[in-house]
Amino acid sequence: MKAIVVGCGRVGSALAQRLHAAGWDVAAVDESEEALERLGEKWPGAFHLGHGLDVALLEEAGIADADLVLVATDGDNTNLVVAQIAKQRYEVSKVAVRVLDPARAAFYSNRGFDVVSPTTMAIEALAELAFEGQRT
Amino acid sequence: MSFIIVVGGGQVGKNVTRTLLELGHEVVVLEQRRDRHMQLEEEFGHRARFGDGTELSVLEGAGIKRPADIVVAVTGDDEDNIIICQLAKELYGVAKVVARVNDPRNQAHFDLLGIAPSVSATEMVMALVQHEMPQHELVHLVQLARENLEIVEVEVGDKAPAAGKRVEELRLPQTARLISVMREGVAEIAVGSTELRPGDQVLGILEPGGEAELKRLLVGEKKR
Repeated sequence: MKAIVVGCGRVGSALAQRLHAAGWDVAAVDESEEALERLGEKWPGAFHLGHGLDVALLEEAGIADADLVLVATDGDNTNLVVAQIAKQRYEVSKVAVRVLDPARAAFYSNRGFDVVSPTTMAIEALAELAFEGQRT
Repeated sequence: MSFIIVVGGGQVGKNVTRTLLELGHEVVVLEQRRDRHMQLEEEFGHRARFGDGTELSVLEGAGIKRPADIVVAVTGDDEDNIIICQLAKELYGVAKVVARVNDPRNQAHFDLLGIAPSVSATEMVMALVQHEMPQHELVHLVQLARENLEIVEVEVGDKAPAAGKRVEELRLPQTARLISVMREGVAEIAVGSTELRPGDQVLGILEPGGEAELKRLLVGEKKR
């Protein structure tokens, strides 16, 4: 199974490592060389340096026959455009994207790819803790 | 008078805003950089608003829900321009959007997501540069997005099937027509009896996809 992880910050690099450990063929994409450090010295998967909107780069990373694309760069709009390209142009069966802004996350939630908003999750989790024990 | 929201207050956004105001339109311009916003505010007063134009609350603060008649997305980031146009059209029901394409390689993304019309300064400059080059084959001069037509310029080749023929003798595809023929700096409207000669500069109008057949007829075999 082939996966592409676009954006290798804390979230993306951890995902790439986990997928690799689970036996996936993983290609990581990031604009910065530092991403390689986060992946670790012995990163055995592929790494492609460049922007996620660059289709030549995505194709080099193997998007045409990828089973999974995870998008987690630090830009919500970049993530949303990359996800739509993966879904609509390359018809990748599973696409999931991180979107920090809850409003944009909600608006793009029914377009054939999964949208995860860490902000919404944090609000929910913290609110639950805050109200814990207050319920009657 | 239209109500127009311009997102992005760099060189393009600033000049578009000024021109629209001069034409008597109601305009709000959004800019997320403090320094640029201050400059805009000096010139445009309350019409310049500070904020990230891809944030729903910022767009709503600018009045997009009225709704705006036109949203012009001219930031320096193509992904932002795409998202602004999607939000404007699909969330707020804005009828018309105009988008700037900064990197021509991203044009395909705008097209894929149905964002039109979109304008790339690089592409326009390239079309003009090619137009000025002595030997060119087919140049895209104008894209008419709403009509789904484009105007192209073609130079008639030495051994082209069309060379020496009249326009009415050409078997033009249904999707293409000739507009004008220019020879030695003088242009005339292409009518049935207009004769085509090698070296003529011909303007044509066609549906996208008709280029290859028009090129085969007018240019003929590829030049050396």
